[in-house]
Amino acid sequence: MASPERSGGDVVSYVLAIDQGTTSTRCILFDRRATVVSVVRAEHPQSYPRPGWVEHDAARIWRDLQKLIRRALREAGIGASEVAAIGIANQRETTVLWDRATGVPVAPAIVWQDTRTDVSHLDASFVQDRTGLPPATYFSATKIQWLLEHTPLLKERAERGEVLFGTMDSWLIWNMTGGLHITDVTNASRTMLMDLSSLDWDDELLAIFGIPRAMLPEIRSSSEVYGTADAVLPGVPIAAAIGDQSAALFGQTCFEPGEAKCTYGTGGFLLLNTGTTPVRSRHGLITTVGYRIGDEKPVFALEGSIAIAGSLVQWVRDGLGLIGTASEIETLAGTVTDNGGCYIVPAFSGLFAPYWHSEARGVIVGLTSYITKGHLARAVLEATGWQTRDVVDAMNADSGLALTALNVDGGMTADNLLMQIVADFLQVPVVRPMVAETVSLGAAYAAGLAVGYWSDLRDLRANRHRAGSWRPALDAGRREHEYANWRRAVECAVFFSRGDQDGLR
Amino acid sequence: MSHVPGLIQSIERSSAVLRLLAAGEDRLRVKEIADALGWPKSTAHGILRTLEHVGFVEQDPRTARYRLGRGLLDLASSGIDDNELRGRALNWADALAARSGEEARLGVLRDGQVLVVHHVFRPDDSLQNLGIGVRLPAHATALGKVLLAYHATAAAAVTAAGLDAYTRRTVTSRDVLRDDLAVTRARGWGLSVEEWRPGLAAVAAPVRTSGGLVVGAIGIAGPVERVTDTRRHPRPQLVDQVVAAARSISREVQS
Ligand SMILES: Nc1ncnc2c1ncn2[C@@H]1O[C@H](COP(=O)(O)OP(=O)(O)OP(=O)(O)O)[C@@H](O)[C@H]1O
Ligand SMILES: [Mg+2]
Repeated sequence: MASPERSGGDVVSYVLAIDQGTTSTRCILFDRRATVVSVVRAEHPQSYPRPGWVEHDAARIWRDLQKLIRRALREAGIGASEVAAIGIANQRETTVLWDRATGVPVAPAIVWQDTRTDVSHLDASFVQDRTGLPPATYFSATKIQWLLEHTPLLKERAERGEVLFGTMDSWLIWNMTGGLHITDVTNASRTMLMDLSSLDWDDELLAIFGIPRAMLPEIRSSSEVYGTADAVLPGVPIAAAIGDQSAALFGQTCFEPGEAKCTYGTGGFLLLNTGTTPVRSRHGLITTVGYRIGDEKPVFALEGSIAIAGSLVQWVRDGLGLIGTASEIETLAGTVTDNGGCYIVPAFSGLFAPYWHSEARGVIVGLTSYITKGHLARAVLEATGWQTRDVVDAMNADSGLALTALNVDGGMTADNLLMQIVADFLQVPVVRPMVAETVSLGAAYAAGLAVGYWSDLRDLRANRHRAGSWRPALDAGRREHEYANWRRAVECAVFFSRGDQDGLR
Repeated sequence: MSHVPGLIQSIERSSAVLRLLAAGEDRLRVKEIADALGWPKSTAHGILRTLEHVGFVEQDPRTARYRLGRGLLDLASSGIDDNELRGRALNWADALAARSGEEARLGVLRDGQVLVVHHVFRPDDSLQNLGIGVRLPAHATALGKVLLAYHATAAAAVTAAGLDAYTRRTVTSRDVLRDDLAVTRARGWGLSVEEWRPGLAAVAAPVRTSGGLVVGAIGIAGPVERVTDTRRHPRPQLVDQVVAAARSISREVQS
């Protein structure tokens, strides 16, 4: 079926990666040398109907994808027959429930950042033991539970198998194939419903959340031919589904235990490959599935999740109107030389790793008349720097080894000042690979491997090159002084929301 | 208002919209603008969409009302922020470096010099320094020649200030530079062979916003024996790659 491009040869083909992210959906065509041939994207609306709620329109996302696939092919000037395989990477945890018979979502999708649900009643050590995840509103389980409990008759219908659950990978594959209901193990590991040792849905957890098994997709590996597309790109094999952060780990070719990457998009996610056995964190990190190729053993990862990174920049753009485009945050931050004593803790969806305070809310501290919008912009970028430092410290403590360089990717790596700030705050070099769209590259790699477009991991590794690097340059005394201020600002965010809860009681 | 023959009606209409928005304290709907100017709504809509595209008006996403755009506030600047330009160029600069095997740079004109706003390493994993923020002499580099070729006043100022020699091949004669810039314009790409650093050759092409305005230049640089052939002509494949990257970035900037 797949006919890989031969060097100097006759048949040229491409792999199509779909990156269904939190803010946008992208389609990217890659050639055999892992070089971008065409990129198209469409932003979709973020709906915030109440404080703490975040929703997406899954039907709209599917419509966007169909248009994007056609545009990607048109821009590259190729036809469906030249696409060797499709790989899908997706925002994880975001929960879609749809009607099996009509294919229509039964409610708006609840996005991973949404905090409407409650996890305080859960037995934390049991959940963490079974799933590798600390109980948090972040994961899919309580989102499914919420929809089942708040939509009339939904639970009964779900029990009869009339309503299906899926993360975005499942939703898109179901639509593209006309009814295949599957997910991959990396996405399943983020639901808080999968037993990390059996890699199957866990009956005890299903009972706790009141979720009928009949509505869940079959769990498959991240890289195998699941089926072929029928609607768009008829006949092309769909050969990978992988959570975006796992995809980035794969795209960065972090195939060896000890290799790590950090992706800066809506949130920030540091993943460390820990090999074929899951490692339990003692410092607030998540144990998750890195990837699974065909029927090989799964590769696990330790993850430090930062909920708000690029979305803080987006908030400065859309919520405050201080800038016209995300990139202008760097220009604005460049008008001053320091933060002027101001710190922003963007706990919009609570604090994720390593703190895990779902109830925390954001604060801006250190305000004086001296503070300008330039200082605020700098504090915005520094918040991503310090949050990275927090998760790197946790990772170093868990692994007993100190990270010697940080591999980065994602949209925020276009920000030169931010990359320098991260290098300064971590005191290690920051390295960007030749493809910043590493999520898409990882999905393409996983799909390409499954159809023989690329032969093996070594083949993929050979494509990897350094595109840029930033060396630490900040004075150590200043750095530690600033870090102490950041830690106190985090305490303020936690303290503030605690007061709110006391008031309610 | 009647239309004077020989003048371009859509430009007259655009100015009318801008004056109307500048005069009123309230933000206006398409219908209100059409009524005020006595146009069909579809005409007003087309003009507004075009003005929005170039940044001269903005539409409030919530109320759908139009107001003057930020593009009018900084008419003197090129209309695209340096960091925004880097963001738009990211994927294509990477692809250019990967395909050509050479380092890639994106430059803009700043005070008669080239300001490097983006730099991608040569993909050989050797130790290299990130050169973002570095300034290069405009008349001696491919990036600079491209930028000067499309900015007559900057070219005149650079020439008037005196053309320093960096190697024995640097163009130091104003006539030779003028001809070189004319050639650059005619073929759509610029070249520098050992004019800045001995042993180094570079090719660059213009990045354009809508309307054709050149806002930057993207190019590659590498050892003269890799970038050029034995007759010191740039390798056609590299030129094609640079021009294609410039076109992709231009498309990204205009979208
Ligand atoms: N130059 C910049 N400086 C700072 N932030 C930026 C810059 N450019 C983009 N961003 C931010 O990066 C994010 C976009 O990055 P990216 O495209 O990787 O995210 P995404 O894939 O849409 O997110 P996700 O995959 O998490 O859903 C946006 O939140 C934006 O605000
Ligand atoms: Mg993404």
